[in-house]
Amino acid sequence: MSAPKPQELLKISHRPPRTGWMDTPVQFRRGTWCYPGKARSLEVLDLPFPRQWSPEDDDWKLPPNWKEIVLEGLRERLHRFRSLQIFMDACVRCGACADKCHFFIGSGDPKNMPVLRAELLRSVYRREFTAAGKLLGRMVGARDLDERVLKEWFYYFFQCTECRRCSVFCPFGIDTAEITIIARELLNLLGLNVDWIATPIANCYRTGNHLGLLPHAFKDMVDFCVEEIQNVTGVGIEPTFNRKGAEILFVAPSGDVFADPGIYTFMGYLMLFHAIGLDYTLSTYASEGGNFGLFTSHEVMKRLNAKIYAEAKRLGVKWIIGGECGHMWRVLHQYMDTMNGPADFLEEPVSPITGTRFENARSTRMVHICEFTADLMKHGRLNLDPSRNDHLVVTFHDSCNPSRAMGLLDEPRYIIRNVCRHFFDMPENTIREYTFCCGSGAGLGPDENLEMRLRGGLPRANAVKYVHEKYGVNTLACICAIDRAALPPLMDYWVPGVGVTGVHELVGNALILPDEDERTTDLRGNPLPQPAGTGDPSGPGVSDLDEPGGPGPRSGPNTAPGREA
Amino acid sequence: MGISLALTVALILVAWAGAAAGLQAVLGTVTPYLAGLTFLGGVIWRVVRWARAPVPFRIPTTCGQERSLPWMRYATVDNPATTLGAVARVALEVLFFRSLLRNSRFELREGPKLVYFWEKWLWVAGLAFHWSLFAILTRHLRFFTQPVPAFVGWLEGADGFFQAGLSALYLTDVAVLVALTYLFLRRVLIPQVRYVSLPADYLPLFLIMGVAGSGVLMRYFFRVDVTAVKELALGLVTFHPVVPPGLSALFYVHLFLVSVLLMYFPFSKLVHIAGIFLSPTRNLANTNRERRHINPWNYPVKVHTYEEYEEEFRKHMIAAGIPVEKAGPPAQVGIPVEKEGQ
Ligand code: SF4
Ligand code: SF4
Repeated sequence: MSAPKPQELLKISHRPPRTGWMDTPVQFRRGTWCYPGKARSLEVLDLPFPRQWSPEDDDWKLPPNWKEIVLEGLRERLHRFRSLQIFMDACVRCGACADKCHFFIGSGDPKNMPVLRAELLRSVYRREFTAAGKLLGRMVGARDLDERVLKEWFYYFFQCTECRRCSVFCPFGIDTAEITIIARELLNLLGLNVDWIATPIANCYRTGNHLGLLPHAFKDMVDFCVEEIQNVTGVGIEPTFNRKGAEILFVAPSGDVFADPGIYTFMGYLMLFHAIGLDYTLSTYASEGGNFGLFTSHEVMKRLNAKIYAEAKRLGVKWIIGGECGHMWRVLHQYMDTMNGPADFLEEPVSPITGTRFENARSTRMVHICEFTADLMKHGRLNLDPSRNDHLVVTFHDSCNPSRAMGLLDEPRYIIRNVCRHFFDMPENTIREYTFCCGSGAGLGPDENLEMRLRGGLPRANAVKYVHEKYGVNTLACICAIDRAALPPLMDYWVPGVGVTGVHELVGNALILPDEDERTTDLRGNPLPQPAGTGDPSGPGVSDLDEPGGPGPRSGPNTAPGREA
Repeated sequence: MGISLALTVALILVAWAGAAAGLQAVLGTVTPYLAGLTFLGGVIWRVVRWARAPVPFRIPTTCGQERSLPWMRYATVDNPATTLGAVARVALEVLFFRSLLRNSRFELREGPKLVYFWEKWLWVAGLAFHWSLFAILTRHLRFFTQPVPAFVGWLEGADGFFQAGLSALYLTDVAVLVALTYLFLRRVLIPQVRYVSLPADYLPLFLIMGVAGSGVLMRYFFRVDVTAVKELALGLVTFHPVVPPGLSALFYVHLFLVSVLLMYFPFSKLVHIAGIFLSPTRNLANTNRERRHINPWNYPVKVHTYEEYEEEFRKHMIAAGIPVEKAGPPAQVGIPVEKEGQ
C-alpha cells in the first residue's frame, strides 16, 4: 500500500470538527486500519467467534447477544482491575494528556487524544455502571453501547500503540494503554482482532514463534547468522539448541532471527556469548520472546509466555537472558513472574563472568541482555574496538515499553558509548520517559496501516531529523524488534539517509573476538572506515558525556580484558 | 456549558427564594446535614469499592532509570524501587502535582519541524486553586471550633498580609478566583479541551465560583454577622442545630451551594482526589522482577506444552540434529523445509 507524499500527509489540522464527538461516526479510511484476524488463526487458540468479516462491511456478523457479552466482560474486568475502576472514575478532562499522543500529533483526529480515546469506553461505563450516567445520560458523558460505538472502539483501540506516553503526563497516572488493553480484551470476546496480531499469536502458540518457523527452519536461520559471522570475522561459532544442562537459556524476539536488520543484532548476541565463553542454549520451543498476547488479552499473554519458564525448567538451566525487544520486556518485567511464576526451579541470576548478582531480577530470574552486557563492560571483560563503528553517527531511540514500563534507559546508552565514538541524544522532550513511539507498536505494523504508522511515527522521525541535520546522525539504534522492522520505512519516508540498528549489532562490530581475522567490513558487509584519523577523539561528533555513576566511556579500544571485579 | 450555568443560577435562586420564604431552618440545618451524610457515605462507598478491587499486576509507569546495576544511578522517586520511594512519589503528586509539572505543548512548523514548549500555566493554576481552597477551608475552622486552634490564627495572619479597607485581604481569596477564571477560560478557549469537556466539567467550576463569589461578597462587601454564622456552625458540629436570626440570604446561598457541591462530590469526577492515592501506576514500586507480585484471581490456562510440540515436530527435530526427549522414527534425509509465513 502506498502512502501519500509527505507534503500531503503534513496537512494536519488539530482543530476538532464542529460536530461533537458522540455525533461524529467513525470512518474506515484505507491506510489507517489493519485487516481483521483470520478465522483460522483464532481457531488455533480457541478464541471466540472466528469468522470472515471486514471493518468496511456494514454487517460485522456479530453474535446476537454481543451487547451482553461486552457488558458482562466489562463488569467482570471492573471487579478484577482496580486500575480500570480508577481510570474510569478519576479523569477530570484537564487535557494534559491530549497532545502527548503521537497519533494525535500526526493525525489531528481528536479521538486520538488519549482522554477522548478513554472516553469512548468510559461513556459506556457511565451509562451502564454509574447512577449519574443512568440518570443524566449525555450531561455526564454517558451513552448507550451500539454498533456504531463498537466500530469506533475497533478503529481507535487499534490506533493506540499502548505506549504509555500519556500516562507520564496525567496527574492521576491514568494510563490509556491499560484502557486500550482492556478494550481490546472486550473486542476479542466478539472475535474482533487484527490479523497482524491474530496470526502471530496462532503461530507462536503452535510453533513457538510468530513467524511459524518450524524447529529445523529456526535452526537454519541461526546457522545462516553463524555463516555470516564466519565470513566477516573468520571465527566459527557453534550455538546449541534445546541443550539440557546449559547454565543459561537465551530467548530473543524471533524478528532478530529472520529479518533484516534484526539478524545483525542476533549476530551480535552470538558473538558476545562466544567471546565470553558463556554456557548457554537457544530453544526452538521457546523461540520467541515477543508476545502479541499482550495486544490481545491478559489470558493469551499468559498462555504464550508460559513456554519460557516451562522450557527453562525442562532444560534445567539456572537462569534466563532475554534479547532486545520492547513489548517482550513489558511482559517479562511486569507480568511474567505474577502470571507464570514462581520461578523457584531457577537460581538467582549471577553473571558467570563478573560474579555480579542481578539483584533486581532476583525473583523473575530473567535478565535483560543490556543489563548483562553493561555489567561486562563495566568490569572491563570485553575487548572492544569502537573505531570500527566510526562510520556511524548514532542516536538512540528509547522503545516505549522498556522506558515507561521498566526504566531501562541508561544501560543501552552505556553500551553504545563503549562501542561507538559518535553518539548524540535526541532532544529531551523526545527521549527517555518522554520517548515517542515508532508508531507501529502493539500490533499495528502491517502495510495496509502504513499511512497511520507514518503519521504516528512523525514525532519520532522529526526528532531524528533534528539530530540528523545538526550532528549528521546516520544511525538510529534501538532495543526492540518491532522498531527494527518499523523504523526503517519510517526513516526512509521522513528522514532518508538514516539507518536502523540494534544495540548489539554495534557491540558485534566493536567486539574483538579471540582469534579473529582482521575485519574489513562491518556485520552488514559495509567497508570499515580507514584507521587513519580515527584516533582523534576531539574531532567533531565525539560524545564525551558523563556516565551516571560510572567512569566515562572509553574513547579507544579497550585492550585490558580480565580486570578483576 | 449553558446547561451547567443555568443549573447553578437555578440553585442560587432556590436558596435565595428559600431564605426569603423563611426556610432558614431547612437551608441552615437540614440540607447541610443531608449533604454531610451524602458526602461522607458517598466517598467511603466509592473508596471502598475501589479498594476492594484487586491490583492483579504491578504496573507502575516508570519515569526514570530503573534500579538495576549497583553502579548505575536510578530515579529514586520517579522510578521508585522502595516503598519509601513510592510514598514520596505519591506525596509529590498529591502536594505538588508532579506529573502536571511535566506538561508541554507542541507546534508543527514548516520543515516539518515539531517544537515543544514547557506549559506550566495549568500546573500553576491547578496548584494555586487547590492550595488556596485548602487554606480557605482551614480558615473556616474558625467557625467550627471553640476555642479556635492557634494554627488557624497563624494561617490567617500569613494569608491576610495585605489590607483591603478595614479588613485583611486574603491572598488565597484572590488566588482562588484568578485560578478558577483561568481554569474556566482554558476549558472554553483551548479547542481540544473544549471538545472533550462535558456539562459535568463545567458544573463544579460554576458551583465553586458561586461558593467563592458569595463568600467574597460576604467578607468584603455585604458583611455578614460573623457571630451568628459561628453560632450556626457550632450548632451543626455539636449536633445542637440552631438557626440564629439575622443571617442574610447571601449567606444561605453560600451554604446551599456548598451543600450541593458536597452531595455532588462522590458521584462525579471530583473523587479524583481519592484516585491519586490508589492509582496503581503511581503508588507501586518498580520491583517487578525483584519481588513476586501475587494476582489473587490468577487461574490456570491452556498452554501448548513441550510434549505436544515435540510430538508434532519430532521428525524435523531429529533430522536437524536437535535433541528430543523421545526417540522418533529413523531420520530421513531431505525433508522439505516447511515454512509458514504470515
Ligand atoms: S491528563 Fe489524566 S485527568 Fe487529564 S484529561 Fe488526561 S487522563 Fe484525564
Ligand atoms: S498509550 Fe500511547 S498511543 Fe495510546 S493513547 Fe496513550 S499516548 Fe496515545
